[in-house]
Amino acid sequence: MSEIHLEIDGQEVKASEGMTLLEAAKSVGIYIPTLCYHEKLEPYGGCRLCIVEVEQGGRTKLVVSCVYPVESGIVVRTRTEKIDRIRKMILELQLAHAPDSFELVELAKEYGADPNRFEKEASFCIHCGLCVRYCAEVKGKHAVGFIDRGTRKEISFIPEIAAQECWQCKECFELCPTEALQAAYVLTESLFSVNPPFKADTKH
Amino acid sequence: MDKQRIDQIIDNYHGEASYLIQVLLDIQSENNWLPKEALEQVSERLAVPLTRIQHIATFYKAFSLVPKGRHGIHICMGTACHVRGATRVLDAVQDLTGIKPGETDLDLKFSLETVNCLGCCALGPVVEIDGKTHGKMVPAEAAAVLKNYE
Amino acid sequence: MSLINSPAELETFRQGLVSQRDPNKPCITLCSGSACHATGSHDVATSLAAELEKQGLSDKVDIRRTGCHGFCERGPIIVIHPDEICYFQIKPEDVPEIISETIQNKKVIERLLFDDPATNEKIINESKIPFYENQERIVFGSNSSVDPKSIDDYLAIGGYSALTKALSTMSPEDVLEEVKKSNLRGRGGGGFPAGRKWEGSKNDPEPVKYVIVNADEGDPGAYMDRSLLEGNPHSILEGLTLGAYAIGSHEGYVYVRQEYPLAVENLNTAIQKAEEYGFLGKNILGSGFDFVVKVHKGAGAFVCGESTALMTAIEGRVGEPRPKYIRSNIKGLWEKPSVLNNVETWANVPLIINKGADWFAGIGTEGSKGTKIFSLVGKIVNTGLVEVPMGTSLRDIIFKIGGGIPGGRKFKAVQTGGPSGGCIPEELLDLPVGFDELTKAGSMMGSGGMIVMDEDTCMVDVARYFIAFLTDESCGKCVPCREGLRQMLKILTNITRGQGKPGDIELLEALSETAKEAALCALGKSAPNPFLSTLHYFRDEYEAHINEKRCPALSCKELISFYIDPSKCKACMVCARKCPADAIIGGKNKVHIVDQTKCTKCGTCFEACPPRFGAVTKLSGVPVPEPIPEEERTIRKRK
Repeated sequence: MSEIHLEIDGQEVKASEGMTLLEAAKSVGIYIPTLCYHEKLEPYGGCRLCIVEVEQGGRTKLVVSCVYPVESGIVVRTRTEKIDRIRKMILELQLAHAPDSFELVELAKEYGADPNRFEKEASFCIHCGLCVRYCAEVKGKHAVGFIDRGTRKEISFIPEIAAQECWQCKECFELCPTEALQAAYVLTESLFSVNPPFKADTKH
Repeated sequence: MDKQRIDQIIDNYHGEASYLIQVLLDIQSENNWLPKEALEQVSERLAVPLTRIQHIATFYKAFSLVPKGRHGIHICMGTACHVRGATRVLDAVQDLTGIKPGETDLDLKFSLETVNCLGCCALGPVVEIDGKTHGKMVPAEAAAVLKNYE
Repeated sequence: MSLINSPAELETFRQGLVSQRDPNKPCITLCSGSACHATGSHDVATSLAAELEKQGLSDKVDIRRTGCHGFCERGPIIVIHPDEICYFQIKPEDVPEIISETIQNKKVIERLLFDDPATNEKIINESKIPFYENQERIVFGSNSSVDPKSIDDYLAIGGYSALTKALSTMSPEDVLEEVKKSNLRGRGGGGFPAGRKWEGSKNDPEPVKYVIVNADEGDPGAYMDRSLLEGNPHSILEGLTLGAYAIGSHEGYVYVRQEYPLAVENLNTAIQKAEEYGFLGKNILGSGFDFVVKVHKGAGAFVCGESTALMTAIEGRVGEPRPKYIRSNIKGLWEKPSVLNNVETWANVPLIINKGADWFAGIGTEGSKGTKIFSLVGKIVNTGLVEVPMGTSLRDIIFKIGGGIPGGRKFKAVQTGGPSGGCIPEELLDLPVGFDELTKAGSMMGSGGMIVMDEDTCMVDVARYFIAFLTDESCGKCVPCREGLRQMLKILTNITRGQGKPGDIELLEALSETAKEAALCALGKSAPNPFLSTLHYFRDEYEAHINEKRCPALSCKELISFYIDPSKCKACMVCARKCPADAIIGGKNKVHIVDQTKCTKCGTCFEACPPRFGAVTKLSGVPVPEPIPEEERTIRKRK
């Protein structure tokens, strides 16, 4: 693996080929906020919170650091006026869904995000995809997935699989930043309790 | 739709997972909707998780997870038709049928969809019912056109 | 064993075809593209065949059902060769007369000819009609000469000669160089130099490579690709094969919308025939080059027109775009180098190989070579598909070819580039059409949709329309697009309903910045364009909606009222009878009044009121005058 030299926030960083900017930053203790990143999962690039500025050949651009591969000689900045403005907006858009989420509230303090900038939305899922991806990539069970697209996108459990797998597992529960996942699971369970695909002894 | 027919469709594509969408399109076209049993069968034969199939069946507009009406009304909402007043035609059809785009009425008579450009912009606003194109539609004519369908 | 196995065999076959076709034999070509089909060309075709049979002429006259001729406003269209007599808006009832008068008696039927509104003269020949005369139909023109279901028709006009030339006299590098030299830029929207894209794939060490046709034409109002695929599918297959040869690919895909059933059908027929004849498959024309093409249908998602989403869909997944930090011509379909180009781009390739890069580069401007096919639609007299050299002015396209705005209304803006583009106002009408020129004006070329708008179009509503479209089509993966568009739609909808507030424009601008900078794909990044461009050129309309609750174009339903001017109403009862909501109180000799509580703003009364009265008016931003007292409503007739 060849070594790649780049600069992040004024610091010289030695990274190996194939690393992402986020991994390179982490390796030298530089913090970049994320919502949809998890070290056990493939990078998703959905929340866009980890955007950073990359300067190369006299031009600058904004890229998503959890996905962008390291390149020789680039200059990276993790905080600029524009980046902060965009992160603030992203947080405000998410806070409209989940104003009580611990992660969002903490980040909101850092970026001065106003939880009331937008009217509250009905669904408090923020589509980080951690639950779906964890169940697919780490557990291989595919008990929960996405449905539909755009503003109608939601997470959805497959009741038959959930009945067999979830009660013993629930490892995804602690990943959810908003508890929308737990709510979805409980809803699925109660909807099918009338005609249970659930075994009697899993009822609590 | 019977299991054998679904197996035949899957065999047409040699059971290859990358043809998942083509398989579902064929089932949708013959059966007019995708029953859950069909999705489960496809999931098993193509070795693809049901969550992925569920996502595909809801992501793409061509698929329906519920039975559709006898007559499909497609109202073009492309830019050219929009500029010529398609929204007013849609309002009129919604009032007359009692359903909104994506819905089917209770008698399973009409299913209403909006589509983005049928490619006959010269005839805009365009309403297509059961494949037949009704051009230069105006709200006042909507009732007369819909009366023709049982 | 295919039918044709070498260039020499092809020449012999082609000459055989041409010698069998008597250029003086009468041939009736009937446009059978989807638009003419919608106006009844199928019935005309049946009538033609029946009438020829009846008059004993089936052997003496050919009928050819061709692809789209482009003049969609006047379909169904027939052109009678060899004299090129062009008749418009044909109905089955016209057929007997056409056969007896024009075919038998060689007389022209005046009422079916094109009537030039400028000179009031009738024009007989298709090529002399101003709509066609001002175009340069190097790509689209062949549509009128071939039956898309016949490979022989394509061969008779010289089809597959470019492929033969390339496989027998040129190396893959030669083909690539020619395309690079021509400066052909992608016709799908990005305008990226095709040759450079091809070169990236060609030079990649990975041996398995793909070539892909993007036929997921999703921009509403754009149907050029549909007409090319329906009308001349072999031209695209030939272009694709040339591209495959140039980069070293042996497997090609055509990703076509399932909403285009005729295009899918004609494409499948073309592939089957091409395989039979040996233009696809193993050892094409004895060159040793193998190439196969597979068709994948789309399932109804605009986002699948985005190149990475399209490739993901071919892999059998949901069409969620991938980050393009590593370009898809290096890592594309199944992580292999993949050259994806638009239908029209591929259709240009055989021309470039046959006539040379210099010929191609001689058409158009410095930055934009060749021609472009536009779908000219909306508030325009001559709706249809037009092909012009790059550099033609918007004014010429809209007025010279398009015939201007119908109903004597005034031009307001032309929208180009689909949901990623913007609106160009009157002061920029002399802009020469080209990739960079349109981008500088705040719009973009896009796939070629050109939607003309007049004084009755509300520009705020146009922005809202596009944001609504994109909100529906967004894949939903990233926050700036999914959530940003969600909020933009809310705000714009409120503005069109008279619920806009100060600060709305600034918030929309902030959301636009987030989407442009941080969205995952081009759909999200370009989504704010229609808003930003209408704000730039028509800011006054936004301010009127927000500050005065007034729609200057008198279009937004919640901001307008229909009011019958009592001084003009002649109590003819036409509007009252047609009103679908029974909202007009009227009677014979009694001035009519619109009951504002029942009115649904459908506009029927406005259309119905006889122009010589013009009594129905639209008001916005002002209160509706109280109805005049009962006694004054009676119209006294003068004796």
